[in-house]
Amino acid sequence: MSFKPVLLWSDALILLLLAVVAAGVWLLRHNETFRAPLRQVLASRMGSATALILAVYVGIGLLDSLHYVERLPDEPGKAAQYSGEVKSALDKLLSPLRENVEKTYSAPFATHLYAKETMTGPDGREVRDYPRLKHGGAHLADPDQEFWPDVLKRGGLGVLGGMVCWTLLILPLWQRGRTHSALAWTLLCILVVTGLLVALAPHYHVLGTDKVGQDVLYLSLKSVRTGLLIGTLTTLVVLPLAIGLGIAAGYFGGRVDDVIQYLYTTLNSIPGVLLIAAAVLVVQVQIEAHPELFDTAAARADMRLLALCGILGLTGWTGLARLLRAETLKLRELEFVQAARAFGVSRMRILARHLLPNVMHLVLITVVIDFSGLVLAEAVLSYVGVGVDPAMISFGNMINGARLELAREPVVWWQLVAAFLFMFVLVLAANLFADQVRDALDPKARGRA
Amino acid sequence: MLNYIVRRLLYAIPILLGVNLLTFALFFMVNTPDDMARIHLGAKHVTEEAIQGWKREHGYDKPLFFNAGVEGAAKVGDTLFVEKSLKLFVLDFGPADDGRDIAREIKTRMWPSLAIALPTFLVGLLAYISFALLLVFFRGTRLDTAGVILCVALMSISGLFYVIAGQYVMGKLWHWFPISGYQPGLDAWKFLLMPVLVSLVAGIGDSARFYRALFIEEIGKDYVRTARAKGLSELRVLFRHVLGNAMIPILTGVVVVIPRLFLGSLIIESFFGIPGLGSYTIDAIQAQDFAIVRSMVFLGSLLYIAGLVLTDISYTLVDPRVRLE
Amino acid sequence: MNGLSVENLRVEIAGAGDRRFLPVDGVDFTVGADQCVALLGESGCGKSMTALALMRLLPEGGRVTAGEVNLQGDDLFALAESAMGGVRGGRLAMIFQEPQTSLNPVMSVAEQIGEALAAHRGLAGAVARAEAGRLLEAVGLQTDRLDAYPFQLSGGQRQRALIAMMLAGEPEVLIADEPTTALDVTVQAQILDLLKDLRSTRGMGLLLITHDLDVAREMTLGPNDRVAVMYAGQIVEWAPSAGLYAAPRHPYTQKLFAVLPRLDRRGERLDSLPGKVPAPDAVFAGCRFAERCPAVFQRCRVEIPGFHEVVPGHFARCHLAEAAANPSLSPYGGFGKGEIEGIPGRVEVVAAANPTQTPISPNGGVTKEGSEPSVLEISDLAVHFPIRKGLLKRTVGHVKAVDGVSLAVAAGETLALVGESGCGKTTLARAVLRLIEPSSGTVRLCGESLAGLKGEALRRKRAQMQIVFQDPFSSLNPRMRVGDILEEGMAALLPELDRIGRAHRAADLLDQVGLPTDAAGRYPHEFSGGQRQRIAIARALAVNPKLLILDEPTSALDVSVQAQILNLLADLRREHGLAYLFISHNLSVVGYLADRVAVMREGRILECGSAEQIFNRPAIDYTRLLLDSAPGQV
Repeated sequence: MSFKPVLLWSDALILLLLAVVAAGVWLLRHNETFRAPLRQVLASRMGSATALILAVYVGIGLLDSLHYVERLPDEPGKAAQYSGEVKSALDKLLSPLRENVEKTYSAPFATHLYAKETMTGPDGREVRDYPRLKHGGAHLADPDQEFWPDVLKRGGLGVLGGMVCWTLLILPLWQRGRTHSALAWTLLCILVVTGLLVALAPHYHVLGTDKVGQDVLYLSLKSVRTGLLIGTLTTLVVLPLAIGLGIAAGYFGGRVDDVIQYLYTTLNSIPGVLLIAAAVLVVQVQIEAHPELFDTAAARADMRLLALCGILGLTGWTGLARLLRAETLKLRELEFVQAARAFGVSRMRILARHLLPNVMHLVLITVVIDFSGLVLAEAVLSYVGVGVDPAMISFGNMINGARLELAREPVVWWQLVAAFLFMFVLVLAANLFADQVRDALDPKARGRA
Repeated sequence: MLNYIVRRLLYAIPILLGVNLLTFALFFMVNTPDDMARIHLGAKHVTEEAIQGWKREHGYDKPLFFNAGVEGAAKVGDTLFVEKSLKLFVLDFGPADDGRDIAREIKTRMWPSLAIALPTFLVGLLAYISFALLLVFFRGTRLDTAGVILCVALMSISGLFYVIAGQYVMGKLWHWFPISGYQPGLDAWKFLLMPVLVSLVAGIGDSARFYRALFIEEIGKDYVRTARAKGLSELRVLFRHVLGNAMIPILTGVVVVIPRLFLGSLIIESFFGIPGLGSYTIDAIQAQDFAIVRSMVFLGSLLYIAGLVLTDISYTLVDPRVRLE
Repeated sequence: MNGLSVENLRVEIAGAGDRRFLPVDGVDFTVGADQCVALLGESGCGKSMTALALMRLLPEGGRVTAGEVNLQGDDLFALAESAMGGVRGGRLAMIFQEPQTSLNPVMSVAEQIGEALAAHRGLAGAVARAEAGRLLEAVGLQTDRLDAYPFQLSGGQRQRALIAMMLAGEPEVLIADEPTTALDVTVQAQILDLLKDLRSTRGMGLLLITHDLDVAREMTLGPNDRVAVMYAGQIVEWAPSAGLYAAPRHPYTQKLFAVLPRLDRRGERLDSLPGKVPAPDAVFAGCRFAERCPAVFQRCRVEIPGFHEVVPGHFARCHLAEAAANPSLSPYGGFGKGEIEGIPGRVEVVAAANPTQTPISPNGGVTKEGSEPSVLEISDLAVHFPIRKGLLKRTVGHVKAVDGVSLAVAAGETLALVGESGCGKTTLARAVLRLIEPSSGTVRLCGESLAGLKGEALRRKRAQMQIVFQDPFSSLNPRMRVGDILEEGMAALLPELDRIGRAHRAADLLDQVGLPTDAAGRYPHEFSGGQRQRIAIARALAVNPKLLILDEPTSALDVSVQAQILNLLADLRREHGLAYLFISHNLSVVGYLADRVAVMREGRILECGSAEQIFNRPAIDYTRLLLDSAPGQV
């Protein structure tokens, strides 16, 4: 084997999360109270379109979660050696983008570098000019003449390819009447953009390059996983705390309620960012103090990311817990719970059969709504310096690295715009999807927002 | 009323104690004073003496909870917990790890913070509620739909974008305001206006949508139908009845943050170079100055609890059903 | 003309997707000055939508698609919205069902009346306040209530304040939408009296919307008054109340009378109305009632019946009424001889009980008081809730929700617990079931005291008593299948049954309460209110109880469904020898079902005796007041 799979902790947790979701779907596959809202979300125009966009993001994130290390060329007489650099399936897929590194900044579709350099001309004299890029548009002999025809030709082919794929995909669905226009249009957009990128990205830096010459498109795609992880893994911490404590406080009341309320008032009273910052600082110090625990830089960054998710979860469960407590207080007095008590049904059974299923819609709604907030929070926290590891590719780090360059002349805008754009599409899709989920699960809320 | 306030203040003590224990645990148990010394001294190989010296100098050379080395009450009193945490209860913040007096910093830095946070808060509340009322007045029409979509789009944009775009457009392209910095006195507005504007735009999506949802919920209630049945105009129904009742849930979210306005905004202040408490905190985080972070955490909790009490008191003003017992 | 006239009113509501509902489909009527018209119908018949359409206050998504409404010659649907604002609450006013939520909670009574005075009469300041005071006096409230907020008023006071608000514009016609449905019977009587007074003193028309036949009758005793019976978006019968109550002409109206439980129908099976109200988006080829009508014949299904005048002033939308109106035309030989199966042609309405009738025990014999062993014995039961105040939340007093109650229910006996809201009857039920811990007193079930029972012993005891709640919607867990709901109690209390045994028993129970066996695999939301109540009863029966506590089991149901449930309860009592503790505020239901009656007020039992004695020879004033307050007594 020329490679060895590597399972980072975050990869393992993603697998766990996937398994939990899959198990949940499997268990509830015949449950009408679960299927009906799901069908409603996927049948709505907004719901299906945003679900598709989110699926693309999730796909990118999952590809980026299949990690491996490459095997180094064998040396005779030695055991197999592996590279210290952890790569993912996405890296492999994007290897032209990953490897086409320039010297420094270059604008989108540029053929020349952003900064002038002193070069030796063909006549042996030294001139200061913008040098050609090593990779971007390097196949063009005379960029001034050939650039537009080349871009149009390749772009046209890409669009065509995208449309062909779309037709192949959509026709069978359409024939069976299984789809509607919003979904079809979204798919068309996605496929055309993908086609364009596939056709152009290997030959040009479609979104430019950053300070050390890395392709910005590559960075943006790699950031997706970080954003998704923060948005989803945090819920792994939030859910048990919020559900357990919230329902317990509401159902048992009395002392239990007092203690849990005290806990969340105390946590709430600390300004959120400060608490997160303090905790992250502590984790950072711990990681720095024990470098021996992490064999690769990726493992270290991964641990810091998980710690961040953990901290966001530990500080973020209070809102949902409070909501569940209030709802449980209401449900506890409802007659079907009273009827169960009249049967002498045990408390644990009442919690499991009567209360938990009847608050699950609130849990789901909150999880979906919080997701977008967490993606946005990553950027801010990374800016403040308490986010993910500075070496990790993330939206926050991209923005952080680029914002000072706005002062340059001409402006280096592409890195910022790329990061904001990728994040905006993800968060917008998540927000709109969350609205649909809320409408489907909580009919009372429909039309309100 | 007085009874109520006294009880709330008494209840604040265990909460503040909890906050202190939590931060204390974070800072001194997970992260021993030795670790701190090593980080502050920076170098790779720090001698034991240097560590002890730094600890002595900054007052971290005592045991955490229990001092066996001294006599009597000092066994408990002469410890890091009392020295560094409990003294916060009398607002004795002590010196920062860089030696400067935290209390004095707070006193000078709270004014710029307030100068940004207060206008942002007041204008924002007014603007968001007005916008939400506008949407609600035209509910069901295209204007409403477009407004809601705009809100969702605005709230999907990272806050950092508003800051960076604001600085670039208003500062660099149009030269309306200096990009960042601060200057006390009358000229301060030049430096304050842009951060306030940016904060307002950044907040509108979330808040306006939330307020709209509140109003729509109120509009569905029976008393609104009664008000209409009395023949009142839609505007009067909206302003007198719907707004009056929606003030109750609005207050829950709004009043609680008022005391915290003193602390300013971490992000806005450090982006725009405003020497307020927010940027002070950010700097402290980045410099890993735990003394400042601890003080700000405590202050934040204190002000939050004050906010809770204020919220309850404000209920008595808008809701005749609430009597503080 | 004078007053309000409505012609061919149609209302459409946009549903989910492209569905369109027609809750009101061609309604005509008039309300003259000083006339009361009662719009009578079961839930979902379109009566409230009619009222809201007149006020142009339809909920979002609803619109008037056809029709004309005239108020003293002004076409209301032609008015601009601003002009309509002057009519609404001015010349045409409306009061609502829920006094609890219909007033703005954060404005004082004076402010809320003042708004209407300012809008319609331009009054402000001290003049407005004085006028508001006069209005309060007119509705029987003290002027010191001007500065009160709604939460400081009782339900009846709130309804009075709402009426005062609506009188501010001196309306020509007042619409009252179920004005007393949420109120206790004694308060209901006061409010109805008030409305009658106001109508005669102010000479205003009254459009009363109600589901209660007795209320409709009570309010339409005048010679000019009319009752309109609505069904599926149309008025099916229109008559003076004397004529209508003496001889209803539409089979639906006849059924409504026949399903009413009364003291004089004790021991009889109540008539029932099969099926349910057609969906509001249903399309009809013929008569809307054809599917449920006992007298249906071929023509009903293909031809829409006209609105025929059976006797002068008495109209019915029925092919049979046409025959009755013109006997010569009819091939069926006329109408009204009472030969339609199951419906007496003329319904005798007997308000007072027949004193010679003997109460019938479930076994068909005569109740022998004291001779049978008691299933339930309650002695000196008290439930006190502490009131905490002050800095340390010390207990400064108690709310005595139940204050020393002693009762006994014999095997197979039905004891009714009657009282107005807040009297403690529901708390008592929950304390008996040990859902609330009683403060003192004992409860003995089948001779064994429940006090101090714990764990397994208490669980075994729980199998002997079960409860059915009022609200069929909140009493079933929406996330559980009906089968699982039924089996839950068995799993907890009948450990001897295995999974298959439980499933068999669940199927058996569904059959007993008249539900199809495939119901077990479905979820509660797929069932109507009456069906849900059947499920709740089956759930309670699942563990073979000896005593069922029925907490207002039919209050949330329409009268036709109520009859089905009461019949079911009577059948079950006979088959299983069940004892019922029947909690109700509805005296006619109590009179129909109960062997003995206990009257409760403020946590105490004031009087307890046989139904016959309580209804005919009440010993105390309060019982008499309750009986006299019941509407519809002529």
